[in-house]
Amino acid sequence: MDDAQYYRQLRRNIVLVVIAVSITPMLLIGAITGYEFHISYYAKVLAHLQELVEKHNQNLDGFLNERQVNIRFLGRAFGYEQLADESRLEALLQMLQEEHHGVFVDLGLVDEKGIQVAYAGPFKLAQADYADAEWFREAMKSPSYISGVFLGLRGLPHFIVTVKIQEDDKTWILRSTIDFVAFNTLVENFQLGETGLAYIVNSKGEFQTRPRQDPVLIRETYEAFLEDRPLEEETFTIAEGHSERIQKVWKQDTGADRVAIIEKRSLAGRRYLCVMTSLKGGEWILVYQQEARDAFSELYYNRNIAILIMVLGSVAVVFAAIVLSRRMVFFIAQADREKEMMNEQVIEAGKLASVGELAAGIAHEINNPVAIMVEEAGWVEDLLEEEDLKGAENLEELQRALKQIRTQGARCKEITHKLLSFARRTDPRVQTVSINELVQEVVGLSEQKARFGNVKISLSLSERLLPVKAAPSEIQQVLMNLINNAIDAIDKKGGEVEVTTRGDGDLVVIDVADDGQGIPKSNLQRIFDPFFTTKPVGKGTGLGLSICYGIVKKMGGEITVNSAVDVGTTFHVYIPAADGEEAEDRA
Amino acid sequence: MSTVVLLVDDEVPFVETMTKRLTKRELTVLAAHSGEEGLEKLKENKKVDVVILDVKMPGMDGIEALREMKKARPLAEVIMLTGHATVETAIEGMKLGAFDYLMKPCDLDQLMAKVREAVAKKSEHERKIIEAQAMNIALRRGD
Repeated sequence: MDDAQYYRQLRRNIVLVVIAVSITPMLLIGAITGYEFHISYYAKVLAHLQELVEKHNQNLDGFLNERQVNIRFLGRAFGYEQLADESRLEALLQMLQEEHHGVFVDLGLVDEKGIQVAYAGPFKLAQADYADAEWFREAMKSPSYISGVFLGLRGLPHFIVTVKIQEDDKTWILRSTIDFVAFNTLVENFQLGETGLAYIVNSKGEFQTRPRQDPVLIRETYEAFLEDRPLEEETFTIAEGHSERIQKVWKQDTGADRVAIIEKRSLAGRRYLCVMTSLKGGEWILVYQQEARDAFSELYYNRNIAILIMVLGSVAVVFAAIVLSRRMVFFIAQADREKEMMNEQVIEAGKLASVGELAAGIAHEINNPVAIMVEEAGWVEDLLEEEDLKGAENLEELQRALKQIRTQGARCKEITHKLLSFARRTDPRVQTVSINELVQEVVGLSEQKARFGNVKISLSLSERLLPVKAAPSEIQQVLMNLINNAIDAIDKKGGEVEVTTRGDGDLVVIDVADDGQGIPKSNLQRIFDPFFTTKPVGKGTGLGLSICYGIVKKMGGEITVNSAVDVGTTFHVYIPAADGEEAEDRA
Repeated sequence: MSTVVLLVDDEVPFVETMTKRLTKRELTVLAAHSGEEGLEKLKENKKVDVVILDVKMPGMDGIEALREMKKARPLAEVIMLTGHATVETAIEGMKLGAFDYLMKPCDLDQLMAKVREAVAKKSEHERKIIEAQAMNIALRRGD
């Protein structure tokens, strides 16, 4: 069955096209806007991070500077003599601690030889010798100095702020320890998201604060950053089989305001964003790291939602496409079927028309030979009269035979005549006719035949019957056929034929009912077919009803029949009334 | 004086048999097998009373032949024979002056009756013409 396959293919094609047309724009939009959003969001997040880190950096730098300022002020406000006084130093420390909430741990006065001549603070560091301490050496080099974090003599991590005062010929240093814990907390408190953490390292990669988790960056990176060397995407092999990788350098500014933002993949395979800014004039690096997943969590969340929507949407589209195509193909199939039926009807009509023309042609041709036959027979008849054949045995038989030839010839004439009527296009001599009048005419014509067959014809004609536009000869033909058929259906016992006319809305209805033998159900379908007849040979041509059917249909009407065997038959003829005219009045 | 009939039909057997039968009924029959032949014979023979003319013939068809014949011999009546049961042609013929029409195959008695009617009409016409001519002459005397 070619059809099923054709429809299957059609369905599939529709589904594919609908899906492609629906999903492609969606995907395109999703991809393009997603990508754009992705990029701009990334940029925003990074910019935001950078700002935050820089702000934090400023805070820290500010904090450190202020400590320096505090100490420098003390150093300049009070001379060596006063500061050497330990009780004075203690009082100052007390004031400092009150003012600055315990950030300063201790205060110490150190002479140029590195001896702490005065000390105020919790540790026993009086007279400590810092001559070999690195911080002392550095502190002596510059007017003010902040050290890195170191353990020192006290064995605890801390860093100090110093100021170098040159008074007359003396050089001395006033130093103070900054509470590491407080400082650490300051840095640690910088937290964004769930995985963000900050810490400080120095140029050698030594931690100045304690990060909460293991940092991701390595020493080479810090060094490169501080030295303003361009950071590159590179892989660092840490150990056998373990390597880390700088995935991407988002940004690197060099110079005094250096900042770098890079993306790194850790040993565990996680991606991290790291922001580095420099502190303490380039000696320290403030590093902020956050898991990329965390930093861009919102982006990923939205992306996932968008993907979910697209997937659901696609599923819906596919589903709808299938349903739609199914319905469409169903309707298409239906339309195709109807079209085929119409085509067949058209072909049938065409066939009928050509049969008609063929019939006409045949009729033309047949009449001539038939005429010749009949003439010859007549001639023989004439000759027989002349010859003295009175005694001949077969004379009667010859005469009978010849008569038969003539009868059959006449019959041929009848048949071709009717055939030609069937084939001929009816002449359009349309007039406004009164059905009732025509009925009465035809009934009058049939009265002879009715009487002969012991049939009573009764009329029941509606008075207010709408006029009809039709060719009167055609109406007559229809009525003639129906009435004759009705009369013929009634057997010798006799019966009744009832002709009724009535109006039914826009239609004029003629009913011809007989109480004759009826039409068996198997024949009912075929009675309007040409050449179909149940009459004995010679009595009917089978064309009457098909002619009626053709005429009624051409007028835009309808002809139907009810029948029951041995009960009777009724034919109903529906003819549209002429428009726009009022019902006729019967006087 | 027997009636003279001109039979015009392209079906030869038909013409032959018809001729025999009509002759048996004491008609004088002339035969032609085409419109042109019929026209010729009509012009030649001034005594033709009735023409029996087939409508559909090759060459000059019946209607045309009728037209010409009526021009040539208006008093001769024409009976049309048609095998086609086309009422239109018959009506057209009668408008052009045919006396009547019959359909093939035709009943010979019917045909004979029609011939007799046609002859009667022709005779009547001829008589009236003669009368009128006589009157004319008579009245022309002018006294």
